[in-house]
Amino acid sequence: MKRTLILAAAMIGSGAILAAETVSSADVVYDEYGSIAASLSGTAGDPVNGIEVMSSRSQGNCVACHQVSDLSAAFQGNVGPSLDGAADRWDEAQLRGIVANAKITFPDSIMPSFYKETGYIRAGNAYTGKAAGDELTTLLTAQQIEDVVAYLATLKE
Amino acid sequence: MKRTGLLQAAGLIGLIAMATTATAQDDNQLVVNGEIEMITDAPAPENIGGLKTIYSGWRFRQSEMQALQMDDFENPGAYAIDEGVEMWATAEGSEGKSCASCHEDIEDSMAGVRAVYPKWNESKGQVMTLAQQINDCRTEQMGAEAWKYDGGDMTSMEAAISLQSRGMPVNVATDGPVAETWAKGEEIYYTRYGQLELSCANCHEDNYDNYIRADHLSQGQINGFPAFRIKTGKLTQTHNRFKGCVRDTRAETFSPGSDEFVALELYVASRGNGLSVEAPSVRP
Repeated sequence: MKRTLILAAAMIGSGAILAAETVSSADVVYDEYGSIAASLSGTAGDPVNGIEVMSSRSQGNCVACHQVSDLSAAFQGNVGPSLDGAADRWDEAQLRGIVANAKITFPDSIMPSFYKETGYIRAGNAYTGKAAGDELTTLLTAQQIEDVVAYLATLKE
Repeated sequence: MKRTGLLQAAGLIGLIAMATTATAQDDNQLVVNGEIEMITDAPAPENIGGLKTIYSGWRFRQSEMQALQMDDFENPGAYAIDEGVEMWATAEGSEGKSCASCHEDIEDSMAGVRAVYPKWNESKGQVMTLAQQINDCRTEQMGAEAWKYDGGDMTSMEAAISLQSRGMPVNVATDGPVAETWAKGEEIYYTRYGQLELSCANCHEDNYDNYIRADHLSQGQINGFPAFRIKTGKLTQTHNRFKGCVRDTRAETFSPGSDEFVALELYVASRGNGLSVEAPSVRP
């Protein structure tokens, strides 16, 4: 009983920490070039999960448009630039800003904004073709973005 | 139905094999049944921005899929022609009329029709698509019920009518009374819809010939519609395809037959002015 209570207290405690340190999409601070200096989740990114987020069609599916030689995902697209050597060209804050909302760094980019909840025209409820209503959430979570950034930061040539 | 399912399965297996030998937009020539020479590239119409040359979607397909469209005995969309021609002569509705009662031989009366639709209808005072015109005939002349805009009956009838223009260059009007609708279609074409914020132009003007995963992006031309889609195993109507594209931007779509899609169809059709009518085409 006592052990259960302590566990419960610990869970409440960790929840409070998460809530305190996750930056909502409306509160993200971009610098004038579109970079984001601070972590969005407050938890270090996991590059291994970043691979999963980038490769999975139901998550980021970054390889739909970008080629990454290091990834085994089939049929990598070429609408966007190759990400080989991305970490040589961009630092962590720049990578975070591009993944969260590339249109701030590159105003004409066709890349979707993965950490944005407002400003859409006829936003839908995922891929149903129906209106989103009040249900709209960011395309990726704060932690998924941190995981992707952690993986991209390993792409050096 | 069973035949369609088998064809679809065969097609899908073929696709998997083909995907490993992807080629870029090619120089192949489309000749159907060894006699109908199709125009699959042409200079871009002057009022279309962003393109120098227009290409039929056929040019972006694998050679195995291209071949399916070159022979009507191989074309899995050909079933709809027989259905459409049969319906053409079938009386329906309170007036006891069929299409043939007024328009007689489909081969004569419908030659060239597909190539100029959507077009202005003076008595209605609006731009009408071929599907809208078909339904107008049904409800106003035949006393029959309107077909579902992108349903199987409509799609088959559109295919049968479109076949009579096969090989003729698309030539829809963009000025005069249709100018306002055309401009609305152009605006829709360049609007970035949905949570992915993608316009038609982002993929089909800025990135045609590139790949989104295994999808080889074409210019999104509609000169081949109705098109048999390997993915769904059936003939697909233009607005149905529009709907799927808009849905894939994580957007709330427009409805088939809506003012927005009518305007978009006119605009997109005009981007293909000069390409041959290909229906029924074969696409992924």
